[in-house]
Amino acid sequence: MQYFQVVGVSLGHSATPTHALPCSPQSDPEIVSEEQPNAARDLLDAHTVETIAWHFHESTGCPFWLEKKSQLKFDPLTEIRSYDDLKKFDPFEDDWLRGGPVRRWVPKGLADKPVYVFETGGTTGVPKSRIAIDDFRTDYSLFSNTLPEEFFPQGSNWLMLGPSGPRRLRLAVEHLAQHRGGICFCIDLDPRWVVKLIKKGWMDHLEEYKKHCIDQAVTVLGAGHEIKCMFGTPKLIESLCLGLEERGTSLAEQGITGIFSGGTEFTPQWTKFCIEELFGGPPEESGIYMTPTYGNTLMGLACSAPVTKENQYKISYYAPQPRAVIEVVDFDDHDQVVGYGETGRVKLTTLTQEFFVPGFLERDEGEREPPYEKYPWDGVSGVRPFHRLASSTTVGVY
Amino acid sequence: MIELPAIRWGEPYESLDVDEIAHFYTGEPIARLHTVGAGIIRRDAKKAKLARRALQAMSPAELIEKCKVAGELFESGTLAVGDSQQSPDDFVQQQSATTGMPISMCKANVVKNAFVLKNIDQILDCLTRGLDLNILARGYGDEDRGVTVSYQAQCDALGAVLPSNSPGVHTLWLPVIALQMGLVLKPGSSEPWTPYRVFAAMVEAGIPREAFCLYPGAGADIGGAILSSCRRSMIFGGPQTIQQYAGNPKVQVHGPGFSKILFGDDCVDDWQQHLDLMVDSVSRNGGRSCINCSSIYASRHTKEIAAALAEKLGPIEALPPDDPKAGLAAFTIEGAAAAIWGALQHDFSDPQTTHMTEAYGDRLVENPPVAYLRPVVLHCESPGSPAANKEYMFPAVSVVECPQEKMLASIGTTLVGTAITNDKNFRQDLIASVEIDRLNLGPIPTPQLDWLQPHEGNLIEFLYRNRALQIDG
Repeated sequence: MQYFQVVGVSLGHSATPTHALPCSPQSDPEIVSEEQPNAARDLLDAHTVETIAWHFHESTGCPFWLEKKSQLKFDPLTEIRSYDDLKKFDPFEDDWLRGGPVRRWVPKGLADKPVYVFETGGTTGVPKSRIAIDDFRTDYSLFSNTLPEEFFPQGSNWLMLGPSGPRRLRLAVEHLAQHRGGICFCIDLDPRWVVKLIKKGWMDHLEEYKKHCIDQAVTVLGAGHEIKCMFGTPKLIESLCLGLEERGTSLAEQGITGIFSGGTEFTPQWTKFCIEELFGGPPEESGIYMTPTYGNTLMGLACSAPVTKENQYKISYYAPQPRAVIEVVDFDDHDQVVGYGETGRVKLTTLTQEFFVPGFLERDEGEREPPYEKYPWDGVSGVRPFHRLASSTTVGVY
Repeated sequence: MIELPAIRWGEPYESLDVDEIAHFYTGEPIARLHTVGAGIIRRDAKKAKLARRALQAMSPAELIEKCKVAGELFESGTLAVGDSQQSPDDFVQQQSATTGMPISMCKANVVKNAFVLKNIDQILDCLTRGLDLNILARGYGDEDRGVTVSYQAQCDALGAVLPSNSPGVHTLWLPVIALQMGLVLKPGSSEPWTPYRVFAAMVEAGIPREAFCLYPGAGADIGGAILSSCRRSMIFGGPQTIQQYAGNPKVQVHGPGFSKILFGDDCVDDWQQHLDLMVDSVSRNGGRSCINCSSIYASRHTKEIAAALAEKLGPIEALPPDDPKAGLAAFTIEGAAAAIWGALQHDFSDPQTTHMTEAYGDRLVENPPVAYLRPVVLHCESPGSPAANKEYMFPAVSVVECPQEKMLASIGTTLVGTAITNDKNFRQDLIASVEIDRLNLGPIPTPQLDWLQPHEGNLIEFLYRNRALQIDG
């Protein structure tokens, strides 16, 4: 199966896969056969054992996990025989990623490689750091294979309309453009300043900063660089479209044909608005194709099943298994996966040669989706902020 | 269950994001609100001039007549609201069900809102200080004394981020349609009923539907998008909201009122004559409004005043909303009543403060999933007491002992100030005080608003710029 070829490169950090993931956004989702999930599961189990062997072996593991190993009540090298055995680990605490020395996360087996550090958070206090060597390239090369050529033509240039600074996304999108034979244009956007503006309630400043970002994008798009593809967060795509409308033009007129976006703001309703009103219709009418993704610095990138008006713009994400796994777990029992269609918290596991994260509880919730032919493993739909963290009480509103 | 689609310049819009609002006590779903994101609001805002144009196709006189009809329909008609036919009784039942307000109070607010619509000509006459509305419509004109005046509209549509707690505040934006400006409304998350019924009544009365946008739902970004995309907006919120928008000429903020009754030394010995006025000022509309009295200042007899108020207010019980005697609204946000009670306990732990309603039983009545706070009367020995100038969303009042000469320096921001005094000098000082927005000279209950007076800033001054215009020849 094509699927195994993808998996075969997952641990070879220096290899850039050339085989397509077993998906194409243009294909209709189909019901999965019984064998496919079993095969995927077998592969995940084997990949888990292989990853554990790497991270917990004295010659290849990183100082953090080797030190952790001495505190465990089990021997991961002998007692982790399947993916389910990862439940023996306590939940991964993202606070472990705050502060240094960052080298403690670099596997000895990769110590001679050039290392990047990517950060998340950091508006106040110490940000969480994740080291990376080639994972971001691998993830985005795999993702590249899911993009339809018609709308993401090889060789076309890209616009990265997202955060700059010490972020995985910025380099990842640039790699995606290069991987597809293009050159990536970026803007300056400091997301930590945006969060500060919101916390201070400086909404006029926020508006001006957003305009500043959109102005940069409009300038690049209008500068004759033949940009056809872009990444953008939903808010920025929206602002860019409105900004272009104000200037009497549109994304299509500017030559954009392919967009990928991501995040919990990428809801079915936003997609409906974006496709029907901002783009002017589905790809066959507007000439613009947009695909949602879900991911973070820890996990990488989850692709979506096709999103159409016919399925009410439902967005279902599937992790790039076995490099990463998404589970939808009970809000209180994080080892218990909820039933299909039921709501739970998103739990991520990352299993690459560079980085091992068992059972990280995301700040998101959603519904568990069944496997299907293109992605024969569990997915998640309706991703939104975890309600217990998102809720707040408002008192005294007049 | 009623479907309430978003309204985009008069057109219903079905969203994929739907919020349900439920009965405050039984949890039974009452309505499904179709919510939209900021992008739709920002994009719609670009078409605001079309709303104004549609309204400008009618003269102010025609619009006034239609508003009057709308007032009748709002009060008495059966109207198409969402996918339902809503009778006046349905309306108050639904409003009570989702907000926890007693039905009697919902009915009182219907009368208040309908009054404004039915008397819109007089209200506009007062708001404009007698200006011919055709001058506003045309942008300029000659006054009676032969002088050219020009009022430039500052927006095509007024945005309003509305609260859930007091359906009476809608009176503030109702006059806008007759001024040929559209309305972009974010109804309160649990009180979509009034804006939707006003919309239905106005359309039924013949006002162009394309003058209205209604974006229901709880999403915070809805309000932010309205405020940033409308050139003039009003918002209702707490002290934090007030601080956030202070000094922003585009936003008129309506927050806590800290309304007060001040006794002059010349009248304070007759305080017993005004006991009913004080009780009414504190407790009308469940004590939920910014115009309810939250502090009473006097130089003497304060302990007696507080004791007498406690005797009247303390026994008020939490009754079911359909009980005609119900005088308290439920707190429907989980934990809100307990949090407020905690704040009050902290207040009266101060040695200068006495809880005067303590003898009348528990104040916090928890009846999951809701809770009530029964009236609280505090006595403060000085304006320095922490509770002297506090306001809560239920009948709560602090009786503050303060020498008359120190009152105006102590009261702080006061939306409605009722001054019971005949002392000419004190009255002159009260008139000059910039702390008091709405001044009642004499024994007038603080919630008794004369709608022929501007409230919390003059809408006309907010919506129009009085500027120079010269015409050659």
